[in-house]
Amino acid sequence: MFQEMLQTLPQVIIDGLTLGSVYAVVALGYTMVYGILQLINFAHGEIFMTGAYIGTAVLLIILGMGFGSSIPSLLLLIIALVITALCTGLLGMGIERVAYRPVRRAPRLVALITAVGVSFILQDVVRIVAEILTGNYIVTGPSLFSKQITIPVSSFLSVFNDASLKVSFFIVLICAIGMMISLDFFVNKTKWGTAIRAVSMDRETAALMSINVNKVIAITFFIGSSLGGATGVLFAIQYGTIDPYIGFILGIKAFIAAVMGGIGNIRGAMFGGFLLGLIEMFASANLSLLTGGIFGAEYKDVFAFAILILVLLFKPEGLLGKAATEKV
Amino acid sequence: MKEKLSMLLQKKSVQITLFTLFIIVTSSALYFSQKSVVSFLLLLSSLLILYYMNLKVVTKWLIALGLLFILIPFASSGGPAFHSYMEVATMVGIYIAMALGLNIVVGMAGLLDLGFVAFFAVGAYSYSIFATSQASNFMPFGEYPLSGSTFWGFLIIGGIMAAIAGVLIGVPVLRVKGDYLAIVTLAFGEIIRIIFNNLDRPINFTNGAMGIASITPPNLFGLEIIYPNQYYFIVLFILLFTIFAVNRLEHSKIGRAWKAVRENEIAAQAMGIPLVKTKLLAFALGASFSGIMGVVFAAKQQFIDPTSFTLLESFTILVMVVLGGMGSVPGAILGAALVTILNLQVLTELTNWLNQLSLQGVITIPDALTPAKLQRFIFGVLLVIFAIYRTKGLIPAKNKKFDVEQIKERAQKKAAISNIGSNDTDRVQA
Repeated sequence: MFQEMLQTLPQVIIDGLTLGSVYAVVALGYTMVYGILQLINFAHGEIFMTGAYIGTAVLLIILGMGFGSSIPSLLLLIIALVITALCTGLLGMGIERVAYRPVRRAPRLVALITAVGVSFILQDVVRIVAEILTGNYIVTGPSLFSKQITIPVSSFLSVFNDASLKVSFFIVLICAIGMMISLDFFVNKTKWGTAIRAVSMDRETAALMSINVNKVIAITFFIGSSLGGATGVLFAIQYGTIDPYIGFILGIKAFIAAVMGGIGNIRGAMFGGFLLGLIEMFASANLSLLTGGIFGAEYKDVFAFAILILVLLFKPEGLLGKAATEKV
Repeated sequence: MKEKLSMLLQKKSVQITLFTLFIIVTSSALYFSQKSVVSFLLLLSSLLILYYMNLKVVTKWLIALGLLFILIPFASSGGPAFHSYMEVATMVGIYIAMALGLNIVVGMAGLLDLGFVAFFAVGAYSYSIFATSQASNFMPFGEYPLSGSTFWGFLIIGGIMAAIAGVLIGVPVLRVKGDYLAIVTLAFGEIIRIIFNNLDRPINFTNGAMGIASITPPNLFGLEIIYPNQYYFIVLFILLFTIFAVNRLEHSKIGRAWKAVRENEIAAQAMGIPLVKTKLLAFALGASFSGIMGVVFAAKQQFIDPTSFTLLESFTILVMVVLGGMGSVPGAILGAALVTILNLQVLTELTNWLNQLSLQGVITIPDALTPAKLQRFIFGVLLVIFAIYRTKGLIPAKNKKFDVEQIKERAQKKAAISNIGSNDTDRVQA
C-alpha cells in the first residue's frame, strides 16, 4: 500500500502545488478582508470566478482580432492578467462601497447575509452575460501553454511513477508566487501597507492617527479582489473550462486555507493554501487506497471540510496565527 | 377625503364587510374560472389581510382556520387544476415549517446556519430508507418496506433524527464564534449531501445519486394517501402544531434566553444563561421542525435524491427568514409563502407567458433571461436590499409588550399592603 502511495507521489505533488497556489492567492483576499473588517467576504470566490470569465474574454477577443498569433503568448497572458486585475479590483471596491459600507455598523449577521446576496447576484449576472454573448454559460478558453511535459522521475528513483504536467503549471506557480511576494512586500514595507496593518489592528485608533480608514478599506478590497481575479485567469488557463459556479466552493476551500494558516495572517494564508491543495490532492489520490475502497475520491470535499472543523476545534487561531483573547 | 377614508377603514364593521366581500369575490372567481392563478393568490393573501385587521386574536384564528380548512380547498376544487393548487399550497406549508425552524436558529438565537437543508434531508431519508426495500440491505431483522401506517410514527422519528443531527452538528460548532459558524454549518450541509450522494457503497444505504424511488405512501386507517389535497391537510395539521409550538417557545424562558444570547453573549452568560445548552436547544428544535417536514416531503414526492438538498435550498430558506423579518414568527410565515409562491407559481407562469409572447412574435427574450432561471439573481437582490434597507424584514419582530402603568399599579398595591402591615407592627411596638 505504501509502495503504491509513493508511486503516485510526484503527480500528487504537482497537482497539489497547482491547486494549492490557486487556493493560496484566493485565500489572501479572504484573509486581508477578514483582518480589516472581521467579515467573511463570501463574494470573494465569485470575484475569482468573474476574473476567470473576464480573462477568458480578453484572451478570446485578442486572439479573435487576427493578429493575436503574432503576439507571444506570454505577453498575451500578461495583458489579460493586468486587465482582469484592474476590472476585478474595481469590482471589489464597488461591492465594498455599495453592499458592505452601509452595514458596517450593523450586527455581524447582517453583513454576512449581504455578502451571500452579493455572491448570488454575481453568479447570475456572469451567467446571463456569458449566456447572451456565447449561447452557453460554460465557457472554454483558448489553450495557451498546453504543451504536455513528462518528468521522468522513475528513471532516477524507481519507486516513483513518472509525472506529467502542462507548461501552464509553471506559469501558474510562478505568477502565484510572484503575486504573493509582491503583496508581502507591499503590506510589510510600504506606507499604505502599514496603514492597512494599522487599521486591521484597531480601526478607531488608526483613524485618530489621521489614517483615512474608508480609503484603506477600499484599497484592501481593491488589492484582494485584483489578486483573486488574476488567479481566476490562471485557473482558466490551467483547467480550461469554467462555469459560473466554480467560485463558491473554491472560495470556501480558500477560506478554509485561510483559517488553517491563521485568519488575518497573510503568510499563514499562503502556507495554508499550499497545504490544503497538497492534502486535497493526496486525499483524492489515496483515499480509496487508505480505506480499502470504502471512501473514494468523491469524499475529498468532505475531507477539506473536516479539516476546517478540526482546525477550528483544536487550534482556532490557525497554524501560524496568534491566539486572540476576547476583551469584554 | 383621505382622512375620512382611513377613518372608515378603521371601523370594525366596515373592515369585516370589505373582507367578506373580498373573500367571496376571490373564492368564487377561483371556483368558476379554474385557470386563474391570480384569484388563487388573492385568496391566499386574504390571510395576510386578516392578520392586519382590528379583531380579537381568537376570532382571527377561527376565521383563518375556516379559510384554510374549508374555503381554500373547496374554492380551488372546481376543476382539473385542483391538484396543482393543492400541490402549491402543500409546498408552501412545508416551506413555512422549515422557515419557522430556521427562524428559531437565525432569528431568535442569532446563529447563522447556512446548511439548514441538511436536517430536511435527514428527515426525508429516515422515512424513505425504511419505507422502501432499501432498509433490508443493512437491517438484520424486520421486513421492509414498512407499511404506510408507520408514517405517523416516522413523523416523530424524523423529527428526533433531525434533532440528533442538529445536536451532533451543534456540539463541535458551538465552540466557534459567529462568522465561523456560518462557514462550518455550510460545510456540514455539504458534507451531509455528499455522504447521502455516496452512501451506496460499501453498504447501500441511500442508493447514492440514483435516489430512492417508489416510497410507500402513508396509510390512515386503511386509506392510502396519495393525492395532494390529502397531503394538504396533513401539512396543515403539522403546521398548526408548529406555529403553536414556536409561539409558545418564543415567550417561554428558553425563548427569552435565545434572544438574550443573540443580543449579547457575554452579558447573557453573566446573567446565568447556560450558553451551550441554549444554543444546542435552538439547533435541535429548529432542526426537528425541518425533519418532520422532510418526512412529509419524502412521502409526498415518493422519490428523493440528493439534488433536492443542495446549498441553494438552504439559501432559499434563509431568504424566506430574512425577507419576513428575522425573529418574527408571522414574518417567517409570510416570507416562506411569498418565496415559495414566487418560485412555484409566479416565475413559471411568467416564463410560460413570455414563451407564448415570443411564439407569437411580439417580443423575444433571450433564453438567458427567462424568469425561471433568474432565481439566484432575485434571491441575491432580495437579500442585499433587505439587509441594507429593511433589516427587520416585512413584519418586524415584536417583543411582548408589558403595560408599564399596570405593573406600577400592581407594585404600588403590593407596597401599600406591606406598608399597612408594617404600620400595624409599628403600632404594636409603640
